[in-house]
Amino acid sequence: MAHAASPDSIALLERFTAALAARGIVTEDQIAAQIARTDRADPRIGAAMVARAWTDPDYLALMRRDGSAAAEAMGVSMAGAPPLGVLEDRPGLHHLVVCTLCSCYPRAVLGYPPHWYKSAAYRARAVRDPRGVLAEWGTTLPEATQIRVVDSTADYRWMVLPERPAGTEGWDADRLASLVTRDALVGTRLPRP
Amino acid sequence: MTEPRFEPGARIRVKADFPETRGPCHIRTPHYLRGREGAVERPLGAFPNPEDLAFARPAARIPLYHVRFDQPSLWNEGQAGDTVLVELYEHWLEPAA
Repeated sequence: MAHAASPDSIALLERFTAALAARGIVTEDQIAAQIARTDRADPRIGAAMVARAWTDPDYLALMRRDGSAAAEAMGVSMAGAPPLGVLEDRPGLHHLVVCTLCSCYPRAVLGYPPHWYKSAAYRARAVRDPRGVLAEWGTTLPEATQIRVVDSTADYRWMVLPERPAGTEGWDADRLASLVTRDALVGTRLPRP
Repeated sequence: MTEPRFEPGARIRVKADFPETRGPCHIRTPHYLRGREGAVERPLGAFPNPEDLAFARPAARIPLYHVRFDQPSLWNEGQAGDTVLVELYEHWLEPAA
């Protein structure tokens, strides 16, 4: 997907940011700060949120009520970020996140989206054939589990709160977080001990 | 227009409208849902209308909803019970019988 930036496109970007600054819409420093925030974001933030929700009922309640506040409680600045919504899996219900229109992704807590999330194939197929897509990921759900595809079309960004896997009784939050991959936070895979 | 008109559980139909055929626009309502019926899961607050924001026009805040659709009936394939949950703005929704 990524192309090397051409001198023309770099020059265009520089004129564009200069015009934004001249109009007082955004400063160079704000752009740099936002880039730095996005560079720092990483799926480990989302994983730490999930592990804490599995071990701390008060935090789980906060996450259900207000995903942005739950991210802030982990030290993430959500200022200027779209609101974060949390999709809680439960026995019999599995969430899968896609953005069919573009590539909306909870960057504040997961970092940059992987290339496949932005691909036309994933975007078209996740919403039409979610079970086929999951099968290709090697993800099999119990037969009776319903899939809820969440098409991220507008102002929210969505992360999945998967179910805590069996066999992790007594694990602390750090060890639990190590099971929660980026893909588990999108819903293409399940956390496995 | 910021108080939500629809309550959780309300049956709605997405307008079968295609502004793309009338000129330049920016629409956050996916094609595959136009004209389809679903149920309001819950209101998600009110946000400036992206159809105006995209063209730097003054943008009214419009209620946004999470709306749930039966997945197999959207595509005539799939497994019964699977659903699609989508953020939709109120001006795209009309009550369904």
